[in-house]
Amino acid sequence: MNDAEIKQAIIDIISDIAPDEDTSNLKSDVRLREQMDLDSMDFLDIVMELRKRYGVNVPDTDYMQLATLDSCVNYLRGKLVAKTARV
Amino acid sequence: MRYDAIIIGAGMSGLAAGIRLAMFDKRVVILERHYVWGGLNSFYQFKGRQFDVGLHAMTNYVPRGSKGKPLTRLLKQLRLKHEQLDLYEQSFSLISFPSANLRFDNDFETLRGEVRRAFPRQIDGFDALTREITAFNELDLDAPQVSAREIVRRHIREPLLEDMLFCPLMFYGSAREHDMDWDQFVVMWKSIYMEGFARPQQGVRHVLSLLTNRYRELGGELRLRAGVKRILTREGEAVGVELDSGEIIEADNVLSSAGLVETTKLAGGAGVPPADIRASRPDEVGKLSFTETISVLSEPLQKHRPEADATGKLSFTETISVLDAPPKTDATIIFFSNRDRFEYRCPEDLCDVDSGVICMPQNFKLPKPIDPLVRITNIANYAKWTALERGDGSSEVLIPSEWKVSGIRSQVSGNAKAIPETRYPIPDTSKTNTYTQAKQNFYERSVAAVTPAHLPDFRASVQLIDMFTPRTITHFTGHEGGAVYGSPKKSRTGETGINGLTLMGTDQGFLGIIGAALSGISMANRWVLKEGAVSEPIA
Repeated sequence: MNDAEIKQAIIDIISDIAPDEDTSNLKSDVRLREQMDLDSMDFLDIVMELRKRYGVNVPDTDYMQLATLDSCVNYLRGKLVAKTARV
Repeated sequence: MRYDAIIIGAGMSGLAAGIRLAMFDKRVVILERHYVWGGLNSFYQFKGRQFDVGLHAMTNYVPRGSKGKPLTRLLKQLRLKHEQLDLYEQSFSLISFPSANLRFDNDFETLRGEVRRAFPRQIDGFDALTREITAFNELDLDAPQVSAREIVRRHIREPLLEDMLFCPLMFYGSAREHDMDWDQFVVMWKSIYMEGFARPQQGVRHVLSLLTNRYRELGGELRLRAGVKRILTREGEAVGVELDSGEIIEADNVLSSAGLVETTKLAGGAGVPPADIRASRPDEVGKLSFTETISVLSEPLQKHRPEADATGKLSFTETISVLDAPPKTDATIIFFSNRDRFEYRCPEDLCDVDSGVICMPQNFKLPKPIDPLVRITNIANYAKWTALERGDGSSEVLIPSEWKVSGIRSQVSGNAKAIPETRYPIPDTSKTNTYTQAKQNFYERSVAAVTPAHLPDFRASVQLIDMFTPRTITHFTGHEGGAVYGSPKKSRTGETGINGLTLMGTDQGFLGIIGAALSGISMANRWVLKEGAVSEPIA
């Protein structure tokens, strides 16, 4: 997956987790928490969805890497393979 | 087949936990003893009409987009949109006592203004109490248990106001007599006074179909009429359950909403409970049970006319004359006490009709009108209700013949002086020998106890009556002692002392539909999905 696809994959997960949030204008370099009502339970869901959809394991020591869309892309670059994507 | 998790009970906590587990591809089965799901918040049909059990209102109402609130947290965890709940807010509610009343709605400033009006000297204390509540983190599971009364009294010096503020919170969530644990008090205060009441157009069945549909879509299995006889343990570890039928189902995790004492019994008393529940004994099954009556009306209640209604009702005249603002019947919920010292305890009689909750669901701001009804909830004595003999024939409550006198309503709202004092005789208190008699008797007394002090007389409009007693609660939920709010002892973390066996729902200390569902979610997350190994992500 290229960077744009990875970013879209994260946005798709957030849209599924928080269907009331508008994810169309998220800024890539601002912490997701500051743009939406996401708490630690929601970040756990993002991690679990990454594992479920793409088989990626994010150890809890790496959760900080998921703070912004940009940092998500940097961290997940090369780790995501689109083959098993499912909803 | 071995499951990842067995969930005991298809109430709000069980369904929500089931959704979370099924969402992440766990093999999960919910086992429900009853033939319908919902637990304490269920529904039924009676004489061609649909009724909810238990639900007066959904607490914790906040509008879409409110940040960090229990309702929005719940929606995200179950991946629902706010609009899917189809919620409509209350008009307003009342705390109605002989010497004062306080109105509140989904805007906290309303309650604050009412406190300032009725108790001007207490407003600074009220504000200080509010600050202390706001600052308290009720999600801190390690906070020490302290008495809410003690903390409230540091701020509120007027016993009447103290009791009035406690009244709705206790009726909607205290398993303890007279007092509450401070953390429970904070949870209830926030969910009732700072957030608010709402209801789906279709009542609780809408919430339940939303949850059951979501659960099944995700591949979860729900088995009705599947009562659990025993929780199977091996070397201090839960390994499955045995059903009433003798069938054995194996699983790595068992999540039980059956209640703390009940679950411990199901597990044969195995395991060493954590310190906070170790002292729990079978006699600490919750003592607080309720009766509930439903009166379906032929037409909506008239507006209250205190001077007219008060005339000729000797037992209430004095009481009504001291009210400083009359209750109006477009209220959604009325929390009342006929004594200024509010007594929240198991009554010596079958039922305490002198305090309770009156709910009129037609007074939510619903887009489509629903059948007008008055729902009255009183505290009841479980042991006395269960000791009653069945009696002859049906236990249906009948409309007393004196209530059907034609033209009575126009007299009540018109020339009240024409109403003879004896129009509605107070039921003979001795006629409570059988279950059937006791139901009839306490229905009539519970109605007599609220009108006209708290709402205008509606007896001439009653079309249909139904009533629940503690017997009904035990029958439908399996909760010992008919205890709606479970045991006064709570296992905050869900731990039971047996690995793989987790408690959730009422006895985990969360209350209301939202609280119960969040309890199921947090236990599924903590004990099955996270497997106890993940620290807080991104603080």
